[in-house]
Amino acid sequence: MSDNPGLLLATLAASLLVAPVIFLLPERAWLARTAFNLGAALLKLGLVALMVWGVARGENYAFGFTVVEGVSFQLRADPLGIMFAGLSSLLWLFTTLYAIGYLEGSDNRKRFFGFFSLCVASTLGIALAGNLFTFLLFYELLTLSTYPLVVHRGTPKALASGATYLRYTVSGGVLLLIGVVALHALAGEVNFGQREVLADLGPDYHPWLIGIFVLMMVGLGVKAALVPLHGWLPQAMVAPAPVSALLHAVAVVKAGAFGIVRVVYDVYGIAFSFELGLLTGLAIIASFTILYGSLRALAQVDIKRRLAFSTVSQVSYIMLGISLFGPMGTVAGLAHLLHQGLMKVTLFFCAGNYAEELGIHRIDELDGVGRRMPGTSLAFTLGALGMIGIPPLVGFLSKWYLGMGAIQAGMPWVIAVLVASSLLNAAYFLPILYRLWFKPGPLEGVGEWPHEQRLGRLETSGWLLWPALATAAFSLLAGIFAGLPFSPLSWASLIALQEYLP
Amino acid sequence: MPFPHADGLALLLIALTTLVIGASALHGMRYLRESGAPRRRSLLLWPLLAMLWLALSTLFASAHLVIQYLALEVTALCAVALMLLPGSQASKEAGRRYLLCTLSGSLLILPAVVWLASRHDDLSMAALAQVEVAPLWLAAVTAGLLIKMAAFPLHGWLPPAHAAAWVSVSTVHAALVIKAAFFMAVSLWTTLAPEAVGGAQLLGWLGAAAIIWGSLLAWRQSELKSVVAYSTVAQVGYLLLLFPLLFGTTGEVAALAWQSTWLLVVSHALAKAAMFMATGSLVLAMGRGDLQGLSGVGQRLPLSLLVFGLAAVSLLGLPPSGGFTAKWMLLHAAIIAEQWQWVLVVGLGTLLGAAYIFRVFRYCFIVPENEQEIRVPPVTLDVIALLLALGAMGVGLAAAPVVALIGGAP
Repeated sequence: MSDNPGLLLATLAASLLVAPVIFLLPERAWLARTAFNLGAALLKLGLVALMVWGVARGENYAFGFTVVEGVSFQLRADPLGIMFAGLSSLLWLFTTLYAIGYLEGSDNRKRFFGFFSLCVASTLGIALAGNLFTFLLFYELLTLSTYPLVVHRGTPKALASGATYLRYTVSGGVLLLIGVVALHALAGEVNFGQREVLADLGPDYHPWLIGIFVLMMVGLGVKAALVPLHGWLPQAMVAPAPVSALLHAVAVVKAGAFGIVRVVYDVYGIAFSFELGLLTGLAIIASFTILYGSLRALAQVDIKRRLAFSTVSQVSYIMLGISLFGPMGTVAGLAHLLHQGLMKVTLFFCAGNYAEELGIHRIDELDGVGRRMPGTSLAFTLGALGMIGIPPLVGFLSKWYLGMGAIQAGMPWVIAVLVASSLLNAAYFLPILYRLWFKPGPLEGVGEWPHEQRLGRLETSGWLLWPALATAAFSLLAGIFAGLPFSPLSWASLIALQEYLP
Repeated sequence: MPFPHADGLALLLIALTTLVIGASALHGMRYLRESGAPRRRSLLLWPLLAMLWLALSTLFASAHLVIQYLALEVTALCAVALMLLPGSQASKEAGRRYLLCTLSGSLLILPAVVWLASRHDDLSMAALAQVEVAPLWLAAVTAGLLIKMAAFPLHGWLPPAHAAAWVSVSTVHAALVIKAAFFMAVSLWTTLAPEAVGGAQLLGWLGAAAIIWGSLLAWRQSELKSVVAYSTVAQVGYLLLLFPLLFGTTGEVAALAWQSTWLLVVSHALAKAAMFMATGSLVLAMGRGDLQGLSGVGQRLPLSLLVFGLAAVSLLGLPPSGGFTAKWMLLHAAIIAEQWQWVLVVGLGTLLGAAYIFRVFRYCFIVPENEQEIRVPPVTLDVIALLLALGAMGVGLAAAPVVALIGGAP
C-alpha cells in the first residue's frame, strides 16, 4: 500500500503540525509565529513542487493503513490531487502573507493563524486523499477548522453567520457520510481511480447507484455552493478578508467542487456517469447556478457580497466542465479549478485592501480609487477582466474550452449559458472598473474616503499589496504561457488524457 | 449461544476501566486540592475508586449471572458513595435520588435472578444458554438495567447527579458505571433471549428516543455540566441501537453492529471522561458554571477548550475519532440490514449533537464586555484530559487492533 510515503507524509505534516505549534506559542510571539508559519508554507510549496515534478515523471507516491476491515486510510498523489495540492500550497503562502498584514494589531491572532493553517492542512488532505473515507475525514476537518475563522470577530452578526455556515455544512456532511457508507455497503471500498468497480456491478444496482450519487452530490454541493444550497456563502462574508479569500479560492467552496470532480471521475468514472445519465442533470444544475449567481451578483451593492455571488456562479463552471462528456469539457473544468482560484483570491485581496486602507465596503464608494491605489486597482482589474473572460487572461481559456467541450458533448445550449453568463459578468464587473478608473473621486475633490488610514509608505501596507499583485500576475502569466508544461491548462490536459484513455 | 467471557472484549473493557479510573484518581487528587474540597472527604476518593475498579473488573470478567449481579450492585453502591462525597445539599439530594433509582432497578432484577436460581442449579452463563425465559422475566430485568444505565425515559436521575458530583467522579460515572449495566443487558440478552427480535426493536426505538430527547435537552441547558450530562443520555441511545441490529439479522450485520458498539463504548468513555475534566477546569477557572461565563475564556484557557473540542469531535462522531469510526460501522450495519430508520436516527442525532456542542463554542467566541477574573488551573489537569481525548481520537484511526480484540458477535 505504501510507495514513497516520505514525501507525502512530510508535506501533510508541514501544514498539519504548524497548527499545534502556533497554538503553543504565546500570543505576543509575533516574530516566531510569523517566521514559523511562512517557513512551513514555503517548505510545503517546495515539497509539493517536488511531487509535481515526480508525478510528471511517472513516480508514485502513496501511503495507507487499514482502519478496520474493509476501510482504509489512503493518501496518494495522482495528477488531479497534486494539482489541487499545488493550488492549496501556493495560495496558503499568499493568504498567510496577506493575513499577517491584515490582522496586524488585532486580538486573537494566535487562534486565527492556528485554525487558518489547520484549514489549509485539511485542503491538502482532501487533495491527497486516496479514497472516499480519507476524503471524508479531511472534508469534515475542514468544516470544523473553518468555523472559528468565520466567527473570528465574535460580533452577533459573525456568530449568526457561523451558525448558518454550520447548519448547511454539517447537514451536508451527514448526507455525504450516509452516501459514502452506502456505497461501501454496496461495492466495498473503492479507491480513487478504480472506476471499473461500480461499472461492473450490473444493471440491477443502477437505481441504487443513482440514488447514492444524488445523495453525495447534495452533500458536496453544499460546500460547492450549488443553488439552492448556497445560502451560507454570502453570509460567511463577515469573516476577515483573508478568510474569504481562502474560502472562495481554495478551501471550502473548492473542496466541494473538487469532491464532485473526484466522485464523477474517480469513483463512478466519466463514462459510467454518462451511461447512468447523471451528467445531464449535473450540467443543468450547474448552468442554473451560473446564471442565478450572476443575476444575484448584479443586485449587490456590497463589494464582498457581489464577489460572493460571483463565486457561486464561477465555481459552477467547474461542475459544468466536468459534466460535458468529452476531453475538452474535462480540461475546461479542471483548469478552471485553478484559474478561478487565482482570480478570486486576487479580487478578495483587493476588496480587503479597499476596506482596510480607505474603509470602502460599498461599490458606490469606489469612485476614483484608481488614482489613490493604482496597484490594488490594477490587480482588481486583471481579476475582473479574467472573470469576464477577456483574452489573454486565464478566464478566457476556461470559457473557450467550455464552449469547445459543449460542442464536443453535443450540448450546444451550454454555449448560450456561457454567453449569457459572460454578459452578466461584464455587467457586474465593468461598472466597478469604470468607477475605479474614470469617475472623479476625493482626489479630484468629489466626496471623501469613508475611513482613510495610511497603512504604509506605498498606497497601503506592503503585506497587503504584494500578495494581490503576485496572484494577479500569476493569473496573467498562466493565461499567456498556457502552452508551456506545468501550466494549469497543460496539467489539466494531462489529466483529461488519462481519464479518457481506455 | 453463551456470551463469551474472559475474552478479548472483557480484556478491553478491564483495560478501559483501569485507564479511566486511574486517570480520574490522578486528576481527582490535584483537582480536589485546587477546588478546596475538605481533605477528610477527598481522602475517601481513592479507596472508593479502587473498590469500584474491583467491582467493574469482576463484572466484565465474570461468566456467572449471580457474580455479575453482585458486581453490578457493588458498583452502584460505590457510585452512590462517591456521589455523596462533596457533602453539599445538592449532592446529598442527587445521591439519594440516584440510590432510590438504582435500588428500584435492583428490586426488578433481584427477584428475577432468585426465580431463575430456584429453577436451575447452575447459573453460569454457559449453562443458561440452554435456558428459555419468559418475556415477562426479560422485560423486568431489562427495565431494571435500563434504569441503571439511564436509558430514556428512565434517565431522570442522571443530570442532577452529574451536576452535583465532583468532576473526577462524574468522569467515572458517565464513562464506566452506566456502561456496566449496558454490558450486563447485552450479556443477558445474547445468552437468554437470542430470539427476542421484537423486544430488540423496541430497545432500538428507546435508543432513538434517547438520542433525540437527550440531544434536545442538552441543547437547552444553561449550565456547562448539564450539557455534558444530557449528552450522556443521548450517547446511551446510540448504544441501544446495538439490539435491533444484533438480533434477527445476518452474521455480517451482527458483527459490524457488535464491533461498532463496543468501539463506541471505548471511545465514548475516553472522550466523556476528557470532556468532564475539561469542564471541571473551565468551571474552576471561571468560578461559575453557566455557559455565558465562557465568553473570552478561550484566550486564557486554550488548552482546556482544546480538550473540550477534541472530546466533542469524538462524541459527535466527526472524523478522525473513535466515535466516527463507530458511527461509520453502525451506519454500514444498518444499511446492509436495510433498517433505514436507524440511518435516519443517527443522521438526526449528529445534527442535534452539532447543535448543542457548537452552542457551547458559540459562547466562547463572544467578545466579553468586561474582563472577568480567571484563575488558571494547573496544567497537569488539562494534560491528563488531553491524553484521554487523544486516546479517543486514536481509537478511530487505529481501530483495527481494538476491533480485533472485540472479536465477532456471539
